[in-house]
Amino acid sequence: MEDFYREHILDHYRHPRNQGTLEDADISCEQDNPVCGDVVRLDVRLSEGRVSEVRFSGRGCVISMASASMLTEEILDKTVEELRALQDEDVFEMLGITLGPVRAKCGLLPLRVLQGGLARLGET
Amino acid sequence: MNTKKRLDPIALRADFPVLAREVHGQPLAYLDNAASSQKPRAVIEVLEEFYRAHYANIHRGVHTLSEEATAAYEEARDKVAAFIHAPHRNGVIFTRNTTEAINLVAYAWGRTHVGSGDRIVVTEMEHHSNLVPWQLLAREVGAELAHVSVTDEGRLDLESLDQLLQGRVKLVAFTHVSNVLGTVNPAQEIIARAHAAGARVLVDAAQSVPHLPVDAEALDCDFLAFSGHKMCGPTGIGVLYGRPELLEEMPPFLTGGGMIGRVGQAEATWADLPWKFEAGTPAIAEAVGLGAAVDYLSAVGMEPVWAHEQELVTYALERLAEMPGVHVIGSPAGKRCGVVAFTVQSIHPHDLAQALDWEGVAIRAGFHCAQPLHKRLGLEATARASFYLYNTREEIDRLVEGIQKAQGWF
Repeated sequence: MEDFYREHILDHYRHPRNQGTLEDADISCEQDNPVCGDVVRLDVRLSEGRVSEVRFSGRGCVISMASASMLTEEILDKTVEELRALQDEDVFEMLGITLGPVRAKCGLLPLRVLQGGLARLGET
Repeated sequence: MNTKKRLDPIALRADFPVLAREVHGQPLAYLDNAASSQKPRAVIEVLEEFYRAHYANIHRGVHTLSEEATAAYEEARDKVAAFIHAPHRNGVIFTRNTTEAINLVAYAWGRTHVGSGDRIVVTEMEHHSNLVPWQLLAREVGAELAHVSVTDEGRLDLESLDQLLQGRVKLVAFTHVSNVLGTVNPAQEIIARAHAAGARVLVDAAQSVPHLPVDAEALDCDFLAFSGHKMCGPTGIGVLYGRPELLEEMPPFLTGGGMIGRVGQAEATWADLPWKFEAGTPAIAEAVGLGAAVDYLSAVGMEPVWAHEQELVTYALERLAEMPGVHVIGSPAGKRCGVVAFTVQSIHPHDLAQALDWEGVAIRAGFHCAQPLHKRLGLEATARASFYLYNTREEIDRLVEGIQKAQGWF
């Protein structure tokens, strides 16, 4: 089981980075996983086109929460274009483990939330 | 009680090839039977034999293979009819699964019998498959969808049923056994009350037909739906039992080949029951496989299956009750099947299921297709262990040990 719940994943789960919410964020989005009810919310503040501050909140399993925590570190300082370019593979690489089709939904939930927020950013 | 036939799970395990495999270096303990059951060699071999020696399309060909395939398919219908004590074989319709069976009723019966201002009654413990089709029907025809309450102990509140039955109730659709709580609902009682109020009744029997003796005639229900894959049969084959007189007056559900009488350029007539509801080439081999599953379960006996699962669930509830941080959903008292949903403090069910998989123990985690029930009980996702005839007390011990290990790990 150590191969799956690797130390860095458990570390992010036990000591989440950038947890919380931001008032008046430029990108705010929340989504759930209908299979299990896990919820992730991301608040992103932009400054000169780059992510200057980011917070995540929500509840879920080790994989979805660790993925959210890692994603906040990953996207800090990135431009909106760089955020838009993020792929599923980037998340898998970040987690460093192979996820089956069911657990992939847990791991990808934070990225889906970010993508949902970015889509709305494009509308305004 | 002692004179009753008991089943020997160790002997039965030898009939299920998959149970011999290992998962992550551990023997497989398959405790996800409410999602789907494993298949005995008898079913696997019948499927193979059918494809090897007897396969052709049915009901049309005037050649040996087609006649053999037709006979095997129709023989499977007779076996299923006998298994559930269906008064008429014509009322046994092969569908893909429970979901399709319920949709058949929602479309073909619902859209001709339920109108604006009518009420459809379901319960708060339905699987999505016995809820969403009625939501759509209610929205489409302007009917009201009402829900029988579930008590905190996880039982149906029959007083709330009685209240809901005072009105223009056209249908009561309820699950015989809850796929989350394991609660066995008092089906006969509910059906009698619904009939007294002039409503028709559909029983979602997906979790009952595989686990306890079900007698459609004694139940006196109008429709009964279940799936083959949860009762040792193949996927892709399910059953709708309906009262033939109701099925007779219903328009077809899916249309096309196989279900017609005469076809002209502008109109067509329908085939007789049950074929009127079996449009297109059906799941022939799967139906034959379901027949073999019915033979298998009949040889074991459904009373012994029920009794064995009672032993297992009683033992599981005892063991889980001893565990700090483990919370079982629903009341252990009362009539319940071999399904136990639970939560473990500060371990998400997904992580628990993943940790147990590492020990070779397969359980389910999530909402189990019953989101409204979870919401009613104030629950997030839960973990669920569900048993069948081939499970043992030793596997429940491994579940308990796996939970303890996960508690130490996370």
